[in-house]
Amino acid sequence: MSDWVEACAADDIDEEDVMRFDHAGRTFAIYRSPDDEYFATDGLCTHEKVHLADGLVMDDIIECPKHNGRFNYKTGAARGAPVCVNLKTYPVKVDAGKVLIQIG
Amino acid sequence: MAGMVIIGAGECGGRAALALRDLGFEGPVTLVGDEPHLPYERPPLSKEAMTAEAPAIKAIASDELFAERSIRHIHSVRAVSIDRAAHQVRLSDGTSLAYDRLLIATGSVPRKLPMAGLGGRCVYLRTFNDALAIRAHLSAGNRVAIIGGGFIGLELAASARKLGAAATVIEAQPRILMRGVPAEIAEIIHKEHEAQGVNILAGQGITGIADDGAEVRITLADGKEIAADLAVIGIGAVPVTALAGEAGLAIDNGIAVDEHLRTADPDIFAAGDCCSFPLVVYGGRRVRLEAWRNAQEQGALAARNMLGADEAHAAVPWFWSDQYGLTLQIAGLSDEGRSTVRRDLDDGAFILFHLAQDGRLVAASGIGPGNAVARDIRLAEMLIAKRASPAPEALGSQTVKLKSLLAA
Repeated sequence: MSDWVEACAADDIDEEDVMRFDHAGRTFAIYRSPDDEYFATDGLCTHEKVHLADGLVMDDIIECPKHNGRFNYKTGAARGAPVCVNLKTYPVKVDAGKVLIQIG
Repeated sequence: MAGMVIIGAGECGGRAALALRDLGFEGPVTLVGDEPHLPYERPPLSKEAMTAEAPAIKAIASDELFAERSIRHIHSVRAVSIDRAAHQVRLSDGTSLAYDRLLIATGSVPRKLPMAGLGGRCVYLRTFNDALAIRAHLSAGNRVAIIGGGFIGLELAASARKLGAAATVIEAQPRILMRGVPAEIAEIIHKEHEAQGVNILAGQGITGIADDGAEVRITLADGKEIAADLAVIGIGAVPVTALAGEAGLAIDNGIAVDEHLRTADPDIFAAGDCCSFPLVVYGGRRVRLEAWRNAQEQGALAARNMLGADEAHAAVPWFWSDQYGLTLQIAGLSDEGRSTVRRDLDDGAFILFHLAQDGRLVAASGIGPGNAVARDIRLAEMLIAKRASPAPEALGSQTVKLKSLLAA
């Protein structure tokens, strides 16, 4: 499936920050890293289904706003209690100032 | 090799066991708990365990995971004594466990209401089984009286309302959440409870309780009587220290440990709700914390130090409470502050920054819908850990990003 969906404008997200993106009944989190790359993951924490976009981005880590579960948003890897299930990631590309994600 | 023994299979003990394996320890790890369940998270007990259609424990790891990681979990058994000279723990089933290093993570139990007249309809909340017993009385049309306007009591009141039960909260202090929550924030929570139909009676002592098995009648200092189908007592928690005390370890509002979570016995550690420890971030002030994240962090830290890391507990206290759509988060101990600066966020959310005499940020308390305050409280926690003294004007202005203060 190569279903590229436009999520937001590239400058909607600050560097080292995150934004929520809802599409077709699903929710995603779109990240802009400190070195100005874009990434996307499922929007909800694997611990208690909290929106990660309310959390804090530090370097390549997103921290859940509720219980501080941490994930590497570039790989989706769970990085510490209480989370133990990895986050699903999605391909991202920036085209003409727009951030697109490939929803599989 | 006798290996590592952990007494207490709650959040703290469970996390410590897993951490020992994460750190590569290959000797025996034994986790002893007096409940019949796997180690589970307690925060949901006053919330989801009450309101979910099918309540279930939220285990921090499955039986399979413990088996895969060779962690032996002995359930439904208490530790009854520690023989420090022989490095052995005696258990309530008559067996003994040898240890090289021991972690005591026995947690806390509800403070008992010292009054005559309590019967089967006067209960406490600590375990999943307690939660099931309370839940059975929280249906529509029932009346629950909650003695104590702290977090457990208020979260239970919110759950009761969600289920359609009538709720009355009785608090002896002049207002709810006297301990550790600023009045400005307690007032928001108070108002929300009243809007949701909870009857809050603050500044009301209790002079008598009568429980005839069918109904509880509570007499208040002003002579008023509250009748309820169930009374839940939530007036704080006391650390479980008897085992350590009888083994000759020092008790000081909890099992006294140093900043490495070590007792005076170099092979015995204590962590979580049961211990008091010097808080590095406040110059070594001795505290005892009853908080989920502290239990988690100290469990992991104790594991590292049991393996020789010699690392000090440098974390900033942090906790949260969810009631209706509101979430409160507090980082640090607000009683360390002498002045406050308010920062207003979107949707009525706000944060109070607590500053010490010398301008140092020592705590931050926030409240708002959903996770509105989470990110800024987390950043405040980092500023507190750094012992930063941010300009009050910057803290108070929503246009100044807290992250930018962290870099300064």
